[in-house]
Formats: sequence, C-alpha cells, structure tokens
Amino acid sequence: METALISPANAWLFGFIPTMIFSVLIPVIGVACFTYIIARRAAPLVRARHDPRLNHIGERLMAMLKYAIGQYRQPRYMMAGVIHITLFAGFMILSLRSITLVILGMHSGFVLPGLGGVTGQIYSVLKDIAATFVLAACVVGMVRRGIFRPERYDVPKRYGKDHTSEAVFVLGLITTLVTCDMIFEGAQVAAQLQKGLHPEFLLPGMGSWLAASLLSGSSLVTLQRLHLAAFYLHDMVFFFFLCFLPMGKHFHVITSIPNVFFMKLRKGAIKPVEWGVDETKLDELKSFGVKKFEDFTWKHMLDFYSCADCGRCSDQCPANAVKRPLSPRFISIKCRDYAFKNYPIRGEMTPKDEPLIGAILSEDEIWSCTTCGACEAECPIFLEYIDKIVDLRRGMVDEGMVPQSLQKPLKAIEKRGNPWGKMEKKRSEWTKSLPETCNVKLFENGDEAETLYFVDSISSYDDRMQNIARATACILSAAGEDFGILGKDEKDSGNEVRRFGEEMLYQDIKAHNTEAILDTNVKKIVTADPHAFNTLKNEYTGLPPVEHISQTIVRNIRAGKIRLKPAEDDGKIYTYHDPCYLGRHNGVYEDPRQALDAIAGLHRVDMLKSRDRSFCCGGGGLMLFYEPEEEQRMGVLRVKMALKAGANVIVTACPFCLVNMEDAIKVSGLEGKMEAIDLSELIQRHLETA
Amino acid sequence: MEILVCVKRVPDTAENEIVVNGKGTDIERGDLVYSVNEWDNYAVEEAIQIRDRVGGSVTVVTVGDGDSEEILRREMAMGADKGILLSDDAFNGSDGRGIASILKSEIEKGKYDLILTGAQADDGAAQVGGMLAAMLDMPYASLVNKIETGSGNTIGIGREIEGGNQEMSEIDLPCVLSIQTGINEPRYVGIRGIRKVASVEIPVHGAGDLGIAAGSVGAAGAKVKRVDYFVPPAGEGAEILEGSSDEIAEKLIELLKSKGGIK
Repeated sequence: METALISPANAWLFGFIPTMIFSVLIPVIGVACFTYIIARRAAPLVRARHDPRLNHIGERLMAMLKYAIGQYRQPRYMMAGVIHITLFAGFMILSLRSITLVILGMHSGFVLPGLGGVTGQIYSVLKDIAATFVLAACVVGMVRRGIFRPERYDVPKRYGKDHTSEAVFVLGLITTLVTCDMIFEGAQVAAQLQKGLHPEFLLPGMGSWLAASLLSGSSLVTLQRLHLAAFYLHDMVFFFFLCFLPMGKHFHVITSIPNVFFMKLRKGAIKPVEWGVDETKLDELKSFGVKKFEDFTWKHMLDFYSCADCGRCSDQCPANAVKRPLSPRFISIKCRDYAFKNYPIRGEMTPKDEPLIGAILSEDEIWSCTTCGACEAECPIFLEYIDKIVDLRRGMVDEGMVPQSLQKPLKAIEKRGNPWGKMEKKRSEWTKSLPETCNVKLFENGDEAETLYFVDSISSYDDRMQNIARATACILSAAGEDFGILGKDEKDSGNEVRRFGEEMLYQDIKAHNTEAILDTNVKKIVTADPHAFNTLKNEYTGLPPVEHISQTIVRNIRAGKIRLKPAEDDGKIYTYHDPCYLGRHNGVYEDPRQALDAIAGLHRVDMLKSRDRSFCCGGGGLMLFYEPEEEQRMGVLRVKMALKAGANVIVTACPFCLVNMEDAIKVSGLEGKMEAIDLSELIQRHLETA
Repeated sequence: MEILVCVKRVPDTAENEIVVNGKGTDIERGDLVYSVNEWDNYAVEEAIQIRDRVGGSVTVVTVGDGDSEEILRREMAMGADKGILLSDDAFNGSDGRGIASILKSEIEKGKYDLILTGAQADDGAAQVGGMLAAMLDMPYASLVNKIETGSGNTIGIGREIEGGNQEMSEIDLPCVLSIQTGINEPRYVGIRGIRKVASVEIPVHGAGDLGIAAGSVGAAGAKVKRVDYFVPPAGEGAEILEGSSDEIAEKLIELLKSKGGIK
C-alpha cells in the first residue's frame, strides 16, 4: 500500500541510520529509568510500618471508581476542578494513543487490539477532541498559574520553595505532547491530500485538523521532516515526562489512583498505635507513635508522595485560617521533601535517626490541629491527616513533650475522670435543679433503665453546659424514654484524650466506662455530646447502639411521642452550625436540621460553609485548654459567617461548639445582636407539654 | 553529678476542694486525690536536665507512708534513676525539723553533689530545705530559678528579684538548693511511662536503717505542734459589682478612679 509519508518505523536518518533504533532505544531507556526511579522511591515504604489496606476490596474499588476515575471531589473547586477533569479525562483517552504511537515507531501501521475498523475511527475522533481540550486546558492552566496565580498555591517562605515553575513546566510538557501528535498526524493528512490519497478523517476544528490545514501548503519534504520530528519529540518528551513525574508534586499522576484505593474506610476512629498489636499488648511496644520518618506507615508515606500540592486542605483548615502555625498541605510537602532528601534517586540513602519534631515539624504545629477533619473532607485523593497528627502526638507524649496547658487537664482526667479535676461525686449535681416533671435515674444508686444518657464531662460540670444536660434529660423524659445516668461511675469519654496522643490513659478510661456501661444492662445509649458520640460509637467495642440526641429527637417526632410548639414570631433567623464530630466524622447532617424544621414557622438559613465544609468552632475537649499561637479565634470567624448568612441565632448540637460560639460572640462585641443555643435547649423550649 | 531530690506527696490543690473537718484537727481527706508537690516536680525536671547535660544520676527520696511510693514512681517515669522511700511509724507527725533530720540521715549514707528540694510544698511551710542544709553543714540557696553548671566545683544559681530582674550567684558544691516553679517546663509523665517503672524495686528505709532514735522524730520529737484549723470569718470591704459587662466595667473604672487607682 502506498503511504503518503515514510513512517518512523521505516525511516532513515542521514540515509544510513534507521530511525527504528531510536524508536526502540527511547522506550527501553525510558522504561528502565522509570523502573529504577520507582524502585528508589519505594525504598522508604519498605522500611515503613505495617498498615493493612487490602480489606473490603469491593468497597475500595467502588471508591476508586467514584473518586479517582470519577474525580468526584474535583468540582468542589469549580474552575480548577473542570481544568483537572479535562486533563485527567484527556490523559485516560490519550494513554491508548500514546501507547500506539510508541509502538508505531517500531511497527508501521500498528493498531491496538480492538481499535481497528469503526471503533478505531470513533476512538480517533475521540482522541482528537481529547487532545484539543487538553491543549486548551493547558493554556488556561498556564495562564491561571503563571499570570493570575491564585493565592491558594502560594508557598510561605518557611515552608519551602514555590512550585509554580514546576506546574507551568509540566503543563508545557503536556502541551508539547499533544501538539506533537497533532503535527505528526496533520503532516500525514496534508501529505495524503497532496498525493491524492484518501485522507484519514479529522474532525474539523480540532487540533489535528488545524495542523493539517496549516501544513496543506508545505512541501512533501517539509511534511516528512515534521512528521518524523514530531514523532520523536513526542517519544522523548513522553518518556522524560514519565521519569519526571516522581520528582515532585506530579508523582500524584502515578500514585493517586492507588492512594484512593488504599484510603481509610472507617471514619471517626483513630488508627491503632500499631496495626496488628492488640490493645491489651500495648505495654510491650518499645516506642509509641511517630518519632522519626520511618515510624509512619507505608500508606502515610504514599500520602506524602501523592500530595498534588493543590492547597485545598489548607484552604479549608480552620487552624490555617486563624494563622496557627499549621497548614496541612505543608505537613505533606515537608515530609515528602524530607523523604526525597533522605532517599534520593541517585547516591546513598541516608535515613536519619532523628526526631521529626524539631527537624521539619514543630510542637506547636502538631498541637494546633483540632482534628476537625475539614482537610480530609476536601482532599480529592483522600490524604489522611488526623491519624498522622495523632501518631505524631503519641510520639510527643511518649517523650514527655506536652505543653503545660495540657498536662494539667490530662492529669486531672487520670485522677478524677474529668479535665477540671472536679470531684467524682459531683458529676450528677446538675440533676438537682431539674424540673419536677423530669426524673433522671441514677445507675450508681442501683436504678435500672432501658437507655443510658452518657453526659460526658463538660455537660456534667460546666455551669453553662449543664443546661444542655438538663434540656436533654427533659427531652428524653418528654419522649417517655426510660433512662438513667452513670453519675460518679462515668468518666470522660476520652475522645480528645486519644486524639491528643495519650493512648494509655484513653485505654484506661475506655475500659472503665465500658465496664460501667455494660453493668447497667441498657439497650441503648444516647448522648448530646458529639465527641462522646464519636468515640462511644466508633472506638469503644461491645456497647449497645449509640444515638445522638438530634437523632433521638427526630425519631420521637416521627413516632409522635414529641410534639413541638410553633416558633414565636420574634424576627429570629436561625442557622445551624455542624459540629465536626457529628457531621464530618459521623455523617449526621440532616437530623439536626430536620429537628429544627419540625418547629413550625422557624426561619432557618444555612451558612456558606456548612455540612462537610463546616468551619470548626475552635475545638473541643482538651483543645479548650490548649493555648495556641493564633491571630484570632476560629469561633470569631464562624460567628462572622453566621452574620453574613443573615442569621442572628447560631444553633449547635455540641457543648464545645456552644462554649466557643458564646465566647466568640462576646469577643466580637455582638452580644445582643447574635446568640448561640444548643439544639436540645431550643427543642426543650418548644416542647408541647401534654 | 550525683543529684538527690527531696519530694513530697501532697493533696493536689487543683483537683480537690479543701474543707476543714468538723473537729478542726485536719482537712477532710476522704475524697482527696494526691500528687507530687508541684515545686518538687520542677526540681526533679531540673535534676534530670542537669544529669543529661553533665552525666551522673538522679535519686528521688521522700518521707511518707506506703502511698508515697506512687509519687516516687511518677518521678522515676519522668527520668529519675532511683527512688528511696523513708517510711516508719515513728516518723508520723514529724515537724519540719523532724523531716529534715530524717532526710539528713539518708543523705549522709550516700555521696551527693547537689541536693534539691521544692521551694515549698502545697501543704507545707517552706522550712525543710534550709534546715536540711544547716544540719548537713552545706551552703544553701533558696527560690532558685536558674542553674548553670560549669566544670569546676561551683555552680551558678539564679533568683528572681523585684521587678522581674535576675540575680546570679555562685555556690560551692555540695550544696542544697530550693527550687522555684518556672525554672523549666517539666515534661509530661504518661500512664505508659508509669507502667514501665511499675515493677522497679524501691528500697524502704526505716528509723533503724537510718540510725534514728525513735523519740527524736515523729510526733514525739516534734517541737512545733498544730493546734487548730478553722475558716476565718469573712471580712468587710468586699463588694460584688452587678449588671451587664459594660455596666460592671464602668462601675469598676469609677471605683478605681475614686480610690486613686487610675487617673
């Protein structure tokens, strides 16, 4: 068959060197280099800690399909998301074309199996469109990154080097790849037309069609040269690109699909100190948590490699927003750069037996996290932060590096079961001022009941928050629940004790509470504290089902056991603030809203940042005691968001949120203009008494 | 450097409600939780830091009953190398001098370059350190908030003086120092650390081991005896301002102005 141009597989350079040599050498060298680089990059992962991630394969595949292939989280940032989806979809489609091209250099007229005939022609059009869109996305991307420079990508000096040049360079490589293919194909078609041969179909308006049109007047010699030059430039750039990916943030092109597959499936539970070591055997461990780099698990190292440096986590991070010395993005980037430095591509690997705290991370940085989970809810490829932060804290606790502000409450929990060091016998004192209609049974007195109301420390002891406990008790009474409390037998649930790295203390109080709860023989547990809710539900074992009061309320409204009075016409506009441990960590977004909406005539608006984008109030549990370096309080920012939404009442469903919101209202000078109230208090006010 | 730190188990003031008992003989002890005296904890941290800098060992010692072992373990979990419990029924009811003489007997059995005590105890009278130094015939410095170790036979010690100024002195070794809080940031002792030292043997020395005549210490030897506990009647002159935060602030400013507190 006569061809318009000599294909790379049959061409000669200077008349005596078959270009086939390059067609073979480039891929062979490229693949060899790539294999070597990946092997070097895998070195720290091999030394890392165990982390089982091969369970629930079906669930993992589905998640991978949705989040990696489906790019589900990308449009949360619309502009960047659309550009990324275009590039990603283009990559997926063009990967077949790239493989075809590489083999075309060795085998003229090669077609991938299944891509002959009509399918091949459809694919050909599809990849034309893909290449053109990728080209457009690259141009838009380069202008956006190079000229408009969105703030989200800025790298403050203390965190390292700006990556804009790397980003633009890679966009340039992609541009070169697709352009080469367009010229390669365009020259071919232009030559076919000149020779009067039947040309391949090119979709008008697409890149290859444009190249063919532009080249239609060129001589056959020029076309032949362009055809071959474009081919080999593509070949070289393609393999260079492949080997360049693992050098920086573009490693995610290779690692993010597996990273999503290996994602953490059980939200709300912190990883064990050491996978595979039973809680009863923790005493046998020589060291706790992450101290040096190799103490991370292999998956957490893969996270560092996979970080695309997109900055979404830090953009959503409340600690970063109030200028605490924490930016989740740079935890990843600093650790990645540290791994790159100690495990270089060339030369000797020099793993260092040095603590990360002090070398690349700081104590305040790691204590600044409220474990709100905003970063993890945002990351398009499911990097984990909370488990790493907790592991680092475990390491610090083990070394005695705990700020004085946290030592006191931790010791008080150890001695008294609550962070204020209040007397155990006063844990049930809040019940003394309950209305007569509301009766709370006390298991410590030998009472029996169906349901346990787990109050937890703050609602038991804090003067203001005791009102939440009373409101909760009144709601349970009104619903006709047969319930009781543990009183002095209840200790702090320990949600934050665990998250602040004091695992052994957590294990002690968990064991104590579990025994106390099981002794009551209750069928169900209710709590109004999302932190208690989280740890009882996700981390304690062998307990009866746990319910948050918002769920209890909705259940009882539906069953007709609770009836609510309509809202007074007092001009109040309510907004619901999603507590992190109810929303993001446990997916309870609708129940509290439904409970509010069950009050007829209540005017409710949502803040811009709500549900899984809710903005942390400042943190609960031990975080109330920590004295962070910050420019302002998270709560103050949150109150401003409520104001912006047009609300004058913030409803929360967490005692810690209420503490922080009420403080923030005072600090912002909004007393009288804005108020905060707990969901249970609001519902109690609207209870229709029979 | 061989360092000995004298520590004491006290009711934790942060975690207890201190109430005088009905008879006025003591405070109510039924619901108390105890911990190591805060000043002593700073002294142990300082001793550990010195040992880590210049070498040697840290020993913690306390006079008390079997329950006091708990605080020795906590300080050992912190990093002290050794604990010694001085316990004997004959020690019960000792006054400050009695405690100092019990400690003296133990100290003379060893060879220590530096002896640290807390500046005071939550339930004490800040007297043991000074008496101990006198009994041992060693130089003494109190309220120390800085220690600089050198190579010679002296160390530099600091004390905060009025106006936040710092005073530095040189003191010959061996010596006794009473340590002020704020000299360092004591490290955290977790449950894990305490468990690790749970089975370390702690020697118990009684009056016989120390060669102390039973009548010279304890209630029998005490020259200072506690006679009463009571809650003083509320005095006059206290005023609680009422109203909104703004009103309270305004009233406070007025009051301060009228009394010449601000101009």
